[in-house]
Amino acid sequence: MSDIVQGLTTDRMVLNMGPQHPATHGTLRLVLELDGEKVIKAEPHIGYLHSGFEKLGEYKTYNQWITLSDRMNYLSPLSNNIGFAQAVEKLIGLEIPERAKYIRVILAELSRIADHLVWVGTHALDIGAMTAFLYGFEAREWLYDLFEHTTGARLTTSYTRVGGFLKDVPEDFEQMVKQFLKKFPKVLKELHGLLTRNRIWMDRIRGIGYLSKEDAINWGVTGPVLRGSGIDYDVRKNFPYLIYDRFDFDIPVCDDGDVYSRYLVRMEEMAQSHKITEQCIKDFPDGPVNVADEKYKLPQKEKVYDTIEGLIHHFKNIMPGHGFPVPAGEIYDATEAPNGELGFFLVSDGSNKPVRLRVRPPSFVNFAPFDLVMRGYMISDAVAILGSFNIIAGELDR
Amino acid sequence: MMPSENLRTKITAQFATANFQEALEMPAVSVSKKDFPKLMAFLKSDPELSFDYLTDVTGVDYLKQERDPRFDLVYHLYSFKNNQRLRVKLGVPDEDLDVPTMSELWKAALWLEREAFEMFGFNFVGHPDLRRLLLPDVFDGFPLRKDYPLRGRGERDVIMDLK
Repeated sequence: MSDIVQGLTTDRMVLNMGPQHPATHGTLRLVLELDGEKVIKAEPHIGYLHSGFEKLGEYKTYNQWITLSDRMNYLSPLSNNIGFAQAVEKLIGLEIPERAKYIRVILAELSRIADHLVWVGTHALDIGAMTAFLYGFEAREWLYDLFEHTTGARLTTSYTRVGGFLKDVPEDFEQMVKQFLKKFPKVLKELHGLLTRNRIWMDRIRGIGYLSKEDAINWGVTGPVLRGSGIDYDVRKNFPYLIYDRFDFDIPVCDDGDVYSRYLVRMEEMAQSHKITEQCIKDFPDGPVNVADEKYKLPQKEKVYDTIEGLIHHFKNIMPGHGFPVPAGEIYDATEAPNGELGFFLVSDGSNKPVRLRVRPPSFVNFAPFDLVMRGYMISDAVAILGSFNIIAGELDR
Repeated sequence: MMPSENLRTKITAQFATANFQEALEMPAVSVSKKDFPKLMAFLKSDPELSFDYLTDVTGVDYLKQERDPRFDLVYHLYSFKNNQRLRVKLGVPDEDLDVPTMSELWKAALWLEREAFEMFGFNFVGHPDLRRLLLPDVFDGFPLRKDYPLRGRGERDVIMDLK
């Protein structure tokens, strides 16, 4: 039998997948070279959503660019907002108030949960398990209600400002977060029940899309993909920022390096984010959410109307061509976004706009070894492997 | 984390011309083009330093600052062993955009250098697949250079016409 199979010669076929394909979640294109049903080469063609965010950054003031950061990883815009604002603050040397740090940690962790919920839902949907999608999206909707209530928008949140936030959180924020935290463990349990030991799920995703430890390091992958290949690296632990060093949480790591291990890592990360948020909301402090220096925040309306300084600060903050100057220098600052290390490299010449604004997007570095992980697997695995990387085209192309 | 003093002594002992600076969040080294590939190979292979992870590759254009050399090519490295970051900068003049590729040391450089190529025009010598990545193949020009206008030079219309 095997002799006959080996003797069969078939032509190689080139299959184009995308840019419009339900499993690409955004616009990216794969050119797969097939030998029968086996993929022997997979070449990603990217750039369909390239919008020149880095170039635009050189023409916008720092606070203006925050609106663009929403549009990068559109599943967790708050993480982008927080990462960017933090990079600028570090370059200036601003220390944000205690309450702002707590809010940032809570929102970043809730965004991580929201991002992973969409990920597990759509990943399962791509492979054919629709139920998990519905369960995941229901819980994500609770979070989006919370975000909308807090920031005023579901997706284009633009909530952070350099030196704090657009405004304080609403009064019932604490209560809403607590409510969510109470309901969420049940959802996670249901998702585990639907998928984790599900025979079909395991058969579909175990042992495919293998990325070894050495390759993971050499290709520079990050986030759950890196940890799914057995490397214990998380910016929150390795370079603690905000107040992450005060909380007790673990970094899930799985050694297998396949799609299933990336799935397990992400599922456990949701539980850990839940744990962090719980600790955070327990001693949620009162106080201001913006730095005291009025150069970096909009002054109170009474001050604008009644004092000359208030009026000057107000106009300085919002008039075109103004905005606060940032001291000359350069900085690379990273935060752990849901997809991995989201870095910002800023070069300033002392004016109100950056000379260079570089985004180091996790999706971009994670997608680069796709050819390597795809080779040798079946075409039906392509969707499962692509899904496990959670490539967000907005962030990939910027 | 390794004290940056140790890092400085280790690097400057090998490369006398290397300029070591203490930046805000991580040390930075700038070297001449001649020493650059040797320094990178040293940083990766030295068992004590072992910068085995390439975080980012990008460029900076200092046209408006009228600096010579005009460009900086910036590599961000990370070492799992020491939990240490390092920035390596290479000045690239406008007249000579040839730079050696780092994709043999770190595979991560394959795509990152392609992006730096299409955005700034650095010519990575030895790169196995130096094509445009984010922009269309027919695109002409390097958008992240300072003399490239924000709204482009009409490439969009040309590409639409091609269809």
